[in-house]
Amino acid sequence: MSILVDKKSRVIVQGITGRSGLFHTKQCREYGTSIVAGVTPGKGGIHIEGIPVFNTVAEAIQYTEANVAMIFVPPPFAADAILESIDAGIALAVCITEGIPIRDMVPVKAVLQGSATRLIGPNCPGIITPGACKVGIMPGHIHIPGRIGVVSRSGTLTYEAVKQLTDAGLGQSTCIGIGGDPIIGMNFIDVLTLFNQDPDTEAVFMIGEIGGGAEEAAAAWIKKNMAKPVAAFIAGVTAPPGRRMGHAGAIITGGKGKAEDKIRTLQECGVVVATSPTRMGEAMLAALEKSGRPAQKGAAKPAP
Amino acid sequence: MNIHEYQAKEILGSYGIPIPRGRVALTSDQVERAAKMMGGRCVVKAQIYAGGRGKAGGVKLIHHPEEAQEYGKELFGRSLVTKQTGPLGLKVRRILVEEAVEIAREFYLSITLDRESSRYILIASAEGGIDIEEVAARSPEKILTRTIDPFTGLRPYQARKIALALGLTGTICEDCVELILNLYRVCQEKDCALIEINPLVVTKAGWLMAMDAKITFDDNAVFRHREYPDMVDYSQLDPLEINAAKYDLSYIKLSGTIGCMVNGAGLAMATLDVLKECGGEPANFLDVGGGATREKVAEAFRIILQDCDVKGIFVNIFGGIMRCDVIAQGIIEAAGAVGCTLPIVVRMDGSHVEEGKKLLQESRLNVQIGTNLGDGAARIVRMLGEVKQ
Repeated sequence: MSILVDKKSRVIVQGITGRSGLFHTKQCREYGTSIVAGVTPGKGGIHIEGIPVFNTVAEAIQYTEANVAMIFVPPPFAADAILESIDAGIALAVCITEGIPIRDMVPVKAVLQGSATRLIGPNCPGIITPGACKVGIMPGHIHIPGRIGVVSRSGTLTYEAVKQLTDAGLGQSTCIGIGGDPIIGMNFIDVLTLFNQDPDTEAVFMIGEIGGGAEEAAAAWIKKNMAKPVAAFIAGVTAPPGRRMGHAGAIITGGKGKAEDKIRTLQECGVVVATSPTRMGEAMLAALEKSGRPAQKGAAKPAP
Repeated sequence: MNIHEYQAKEILGSYGIPIPRGRVALTSDQVERAAKMMGGRCVVKAQIYAGGRGKAGGVKLIHHPEEAQEYGKELFGRSLVTKQTGPLGLKVRRILVEEAVEIAREFYLSITLDRESSRYILIASAEGGIDIEEVAARSPEKILTRTIDPFTGLRPYQARKIALALGLTGTICEDCVELILNLYRVCQEKDCALIEINPLVVTKAGWLMAMDAKITFDDNAVFRHREYPDMVDYSQLDPLEINAAKYDLSYIKLSGTIGCMVNGAGLAMATLDVLKECGGEPANFLDVGGGATREKVAEAFRIILQDCDVKGIFVNIFGGIMRCDVIAQGIIEAAGAVGCTLPIVVRMDGSHVEEGKKLLQESRLNVQIGTNLGDGAARIVRMLGEVKQ
């Protein structure tokens, strides 16, 4: 019914005593996420909103058996927070923090590769399994439970896509924002692999943008391995070359990373690409149609 | 964050990397004096935040101080248009005057982040110079790369392999090893997203020297380096972009007439795409941040309105958790304060949408509400079409 997070996920929040950490902790809990503890060094022993706070991630896991960490720690300390959660053996770390230096993330990525932890982000909206568990800053109410997996490099553009899917009667199994930074944990292929294996995900919508070669790599993987229909949208067709469009990773350099190239490669690999950001829902319907599994409108299952 | 060539060279020099003797001039008289100091024969280089200066006439070998002054006068009055600057070019406000060096061989050397491996990568080529992009496209086998392990760092044997592959031998080879290791130190200690020496040369006298250098700092790491903000040459940036940066807004000036305010970079890019699809031309890219607060929305509005090219405004906020009535108030305040009469289309999604719409409709602004992304974009393009007639 989903990947990575569900009703049983037990979530700790690193940086719970910060302003946005606390705000989103409350939002997630209202959505139904089981927030079992917070971690703020030096504040161990207190309770905030009835949630126990620990000094370290290891301690928090020891007392609460948490398996997911949501990270709101400010940029200067965020890489350390991720390393701490990896060291404590958390299964999934979701880092929302924006603005972590490259030099800090390079070693984090290297440590991650030899560990049992999966990382989503940084600089991402997080992950949501509609009706079950929200670990992130996305608006819960635009999602409905269903069978479309969503994976995206963007934040608010993901909300736009999800809203269009929901309006088209297409519920979502799990939605993941993998983040817009040049160095991130899980990439498109990692997430697509899980969606491919998940019996309750029927099709996938993927949102990419200019810069880097992640979409091209995903396209090649889809052609070779994906057993389910995929539709996509790539933002930045009209972006001027060489300019940083908000995300550090979104730079078109040396003729690489252009939207047109990404779109062409995806199409060549059998992905239905939305020609406009206003037609993302339609593209998903078209991909389902094309694969001979027309959408069962209103097939959204009630929350488990 | 970019810095000038002379600043990059100062940093390299402080790490023991040989650079040509040089002086920075702010007036053509200073250019002349600097040329005299170099003995008359020198290289005069315009300092702008873009590459491709040589081909655009921004670099010249000079033989007499008077010639240097003449050329200085010419450069200071000019905007230099290179293939990296865009059609308006960049104004020359600083000039670097350097000793002229007899060059025997040229190389390319850089360290940058390789997104694929998520590691820093050392790039070198025995064919350096201004056409490195062409070399990379034409004969990629001539570009040498080494991925750097973050835990061991760049090792001397790796640097030596590169130096040998460049065809260097003897003491120059060992000098090059030291230079490469120092370059990696600069990259790490100064938090560079890119550090490039192009060309790295062997002079006819038999010395290694960094003839041109480029450094781009990692914007995310500026908090660790208090000196960086003082290194910025604001004459190289769009005044509106400078203002936007003060409020932590991501703004890029474009050439059209529709001012755009969007929350989130991906949605902002997609919004530009839709406007173009509808036949409109965006005047800017502006990301107020995923969480768009009322203050940021108000400031963003002021920045858009300072751009004289703007004939109408499209606001696209997918708030979700944010309250739309709060955003609406931000818009009304900012537009009211400057007496904005331009057509505005607002598309909002999130909580308290109806209250937000009501506030906008009851305001004195020339505002329409877009029901979704496509409808909003079409509306603003239509409103501007009507204004023209």
